[in-house]
Amino acid sequence: MNDFDSVADWIAAAFLLVGAFLCLTAGVGLLRFPDVLSRMHAGTKPQVMGVLLIMIGGAIRLTGWSVTWMLLLVAVFQLITAPVNAHMVSRIAYRRRHVAPEHLFVDELGVAPRGAEVQAGERGRRGDEPADAPVDQGPGPTVAEDDEAEDPAADEPAGGPRR
Amino acid sequence: MTVVAVLIYGMLGLGALLAMVRLALGPSLLDRVVATDSILVIVAVGLAVHAALQRDPTVVPVLVVVALLVFVGAISVVRYIGGMLIRTGADDEELGGSPAAEQLGRLEGGGRS
Repeated sequence: MNDFDSVADWIAAAFLLVGAFLCLTAGVGLLRFPDVLSRMHAGTKPQVMGVLLIMIGGAIRLTGWSVTWMLLLVAVFQLITAPVNAHMVSRIAYRRRHVAPEHLFVDELGVAPRGAEVQAGERGRRGDEPADAPVDQGPGPTVAEDDEAEDPAADEPAGGPRR
Repeated sequence: MTVVAVLIYGMLGLGALLAMVRLALGPSLLDRVVATDSILVIVAVGLAVHAALQRDPTVVPVLVVVALLVFVGAISVVRYIGGMLIRTGADDEELGGSPAAEQLGRLEGGGRS
């Protein structure tokens, strides 16, 4: 079945073992952690590090450049998509209040008025200021429909899709 | 050798099993999304381990497909949940109502693309 006959093969086996161990920790963490964000913290361990280690191990074991490039493609794809994935999931988790507030050390969105990011989008904010940056106009937490009157910035079209 | 293979497959299988337990009893939809992500990643990793241990490069293109599937599946489910949030303003039942959801619903109306 297996022909581990050189040092490189044992190095590859070590990489594979560590990657598999990361997958095991993902399962344990998913089962034991209390809320969505911490479960995501555990569950995304193998998404980047585990996949990278396993791909390195596979690239050592397998021969042929096409296979190596395909493994590299998978690794790079995981590196690109894992942050996007985690961002989307955690944003919706926060908005649906699946985040237990007693487990948070800092809750930057919690001190902002609710929906502040959406208000910022409505006012046509440029650049990438944080959503809870001090707003120099408007009544604050209430979202009034008629605040275009005193807000010259609201005449601009309210930026592209905000989500 | 065989010990290494048994160890690797055992850890992968145990991780997938625990993630599947979370998938079964996860209280919210997002827990299930996260668990599904982990299961799919473990499937991809298992395919890569099989390819590596057997020196069998034929399953390597499947890895690309599974990696795509992780991304597209999770993103589509999460966007669907976000759409529910905006359209109805409803929250999950066990955590009470959400003023953020109501404000989001009022502000964004139906005009999202």
